[in-house]
Amino acid sequence: MAKLTLPCDVETIRALKVGDFLELEGRIVTGRDSAHHWLLERFQEDVAPLLAGSVIYHCGPVVKRHEDGHYSFVAAGPTTSAREEPYQADVIGRYGVRGVIGKGGMGARTLKGLQEHGAVYLHAVGGTAQVLARAVVEVEQVFMLQEFGVPEALWVIRVSGFPVVVTMDSHGNSLHAEVEKASRAKLDQLLGLAG
Amino acid sequence: MLTPEQWTEKLVEVIARASTQLPPDVVEALRRGRDAEVEGSLARKALDSILHNIELAAGNWQPICQDTGTPLFWIHHPIGMSTRMLTAACEEAVRRATARQLLRPNAVDPLTEKNTGHGQAPGIPTVHCEEWDSSEVEVRLILKGGGCENCGMQYSLPNPALKADRNLEGVRRCILDAIQKAQGKGCSPGIIGACFGGDRGSGYVESKRQLLRPLPDRNPIPELDAMEQDILAKANQLDIGPMGFGGKTTVLGVKIGHLGRLPASYFVSVSYMCWANRRAGAGIAADGTVTWVD
Repeated sequence: MAKLTLPCDVETIRALKVGDFLELEGRIVTGRDSAHHWLLERFQEDVAPLLAGSVIYHCGPVVKRHEDGHYSFVAAGPTTSAREEPYQADVIGRYGVRGVIGKGGMGARTLKGLQEHGAVYLHAVGGTAQVLARAVVEVEQVFMLQEFGVPEALWVIRVSGFPVVVTMDSHGNSLHAEVEKASRAKLDQLLGLAG
Repeated sequence: MLTPEQWTEKLVEVIARASTQLPPDVVEALRRGRDAEVEGSLARKALDSILHNIELAAGNWQPICQDTGTPLFWIHHPIGMSTRMLTAACEEAVRRATARQLLRPNAVDPLTEKNTGHGQAPGIPTVHCEEWDSSEVEVRLILKGGGCENCGMQYSLPNPALKADRNLEGVRRCILDAIQKAQGKGCSPGIIGACFGGDRGSGYVESKRQLLRPLPDRNPIPELDAMEQDILAKANQLDIGPMGFGGKTTVLGVKIGHLGRLPASYFVSVSYMCWANRRAGAGIAADGTVTWVD
């Protein structure tokens, strides 16, 4: 399995294709619904350098706070990405994000954004919260914890051997669009709805 | 008789089991699914990862999935037992399980948009209490994640686009449509709970109650048993596969119930449950002895 070290440059991303397995190494940032709104409200200067060249992980983890004040991830699988569809392409463009990790895939607007800016959609296996929490080697810092709560906060984490599959690449290809189309055609045939 | 405090701790045990130990019938169905997928395929790799995750979670008593979902309790209790006490114990058990990282703080006040921080809020958990003749209490719990809950669908028949009329064939068409629309977004391979009849509220509740049935459980009504088997077979021909990566394993089981309907209404309510079908059941005797049930 190939390694992708983060942050990375756009050429590295352009070389990736749908179906590639990768293990991620380096720093990533979690963010879901509240985070995406917040990132677009205004340019968030504190977080911006952490996002540039890195990826956003759609994840609302279970987190343990230790007695000395440091945090660790107890369970940390991906959440459904479709909810960020209206915002994702803008967040990628504005912050120079090179990719998104999530589950379920994203739509046409994001696919176009990936193509324009040079970014990829990385699918983690939904529900595998233990496998993925083990690949989180350190929680470096957290933004907006008080305001957003644990699941919605932006957790800055360091990962190693974090397994993902490229399901949307920067050349306009989407495994999700293909499977959706083929499965609809099959169902129409099974139900006699074709044509 | 157990005290409210003792009830709370028993219910925390049920939550711990549901959050961390996947029922054996679901694990078995996932193994069969893995073996059916092509070596080296995305589908096979996803199922390998899922099976590894199940082992890790079970061994360490850690949450299988970080989205520990809405806790849905169905409780049967002896005559005369206080359902207010049982409901309060369920709510307190959710707060304690959250403090112990068995659950994520998973309740948001939609008015203020603040997370309550302790996992509990009006309507979370949902608790259904029903009296029965036994002297035992039976607790059944499902932790239903938000990703799969968002894939639920409700149809009002007739539905011309699906050529679905007000009959069993119409019901079948709706359920298959809901599975296709969910794609991998509900964390396939999923388990389908459905209900035809009822109103918009009761139909969805019954569709979720169907998810309490273990996968090998066959519907006692022959027409519905046939429909469950047919939908399972057809859904697995759609090539949606685990996580929507493509593959043979799209759905692990289909469970269908029905309720009376008004002459004017004909609803088909479909609930999608993720592969992490976190289901736990316990018989709790008056002296506190727990018997686990699938």
